[in-house]
Amino acid sequence: MLPKLFFGYFAAVITVLSILVVTRRNPVHSVMWMLLLFFNLASMYLFLDAEFIAAIQVIVYAGAILVLFLFVVLLLNLREELKANRFIGSWPAGLIVAAAIMVSMIFAINSFVPGPMGRYSIDYIQKETYTKVLGEVLYTEYLFPFEIASLILLIAIIGAIVLAKKRMRS
Amino acid sequence: MVPLQWYLMLSAAVFTIGVFGFITRRNIIIMFMSIELMLNAVNISLVSFSHYLQDLRGQILVFFIITVAAAEAAIGLAIIIALFRNKTTAHVDDMNEMKG
Repeated sequence: MLPKLFFGYFAAVITVLSILVVTRRNPVHSVMWMLLLFFNLASMYLFLDAEFIAAIQVIVYAGAILVLFLFVVLLLNLREELKANRFIGSWPAGLIVAAAIMVSMIFAINSFVPGPMGRYSIDYIQKETYTKVLGEVLYTEYLFPFEIASLILLIAIIGAIVLAKKRMRS
Repeated sequence: MVPLQWYLMLSAAVFTIGVFGFITRRNIIIMFMSIELMLNAVNISLVSFSHYLQDLRGQILVFFIITVAAAEAAIGLAIIIALFRNKTTAHVDDMNEMKG
């Protein structure tokens, strides 16, 4: 009963917060609701026994990515933004497309059959400690994707600097 | 015990809200935040799969998704800054130079 109660709380809060994020007129309010959404997501990950992912969610998403968004929102002309239309003219078409995607996903979820169980049970993870097990999988089985991820971050750094810097006048 | 389907339904709901925001909002920054919302919806389903199937690979995938999201946010916001430098608007329907 208690887990279902917790899940009900998280589901309600996360759904309401995501609706608030996409419908607010003021982008600063949207970013703030998204901050709250990320903290709720992090606590739901704790509820699913994923402590490391919860910490990463708070540090990287709430701490780094959202601050980047806030800096770019500062460039906006907020006074003009508050008067302009929020949605494109044909927004009911977008609503219909989103509802169709939702219905097809509900059908897909209802016909879902889970695959075989893995070997990382809760008892095993508790015995070996969580971060150690996660690091073992990451640095042995997924070592090559890990290196590719570092390359992606390097390209992102270089690309962001090249795109955002001012052109030199020659 | 909460059934796995509930988590997948929550993930589908958040993903759908993200799709709606991406299609219908005019402000390019909110469109970007809708993309982040969709990535988070995928993260919810991966973490719940990882918990219910007792396999850590789902959480490793979440790790990579967060990396890609960070790279995507950095590059996308740099593109937005370059856009602001040329046109002082954040509305995607005002950007029609390419006549698309």
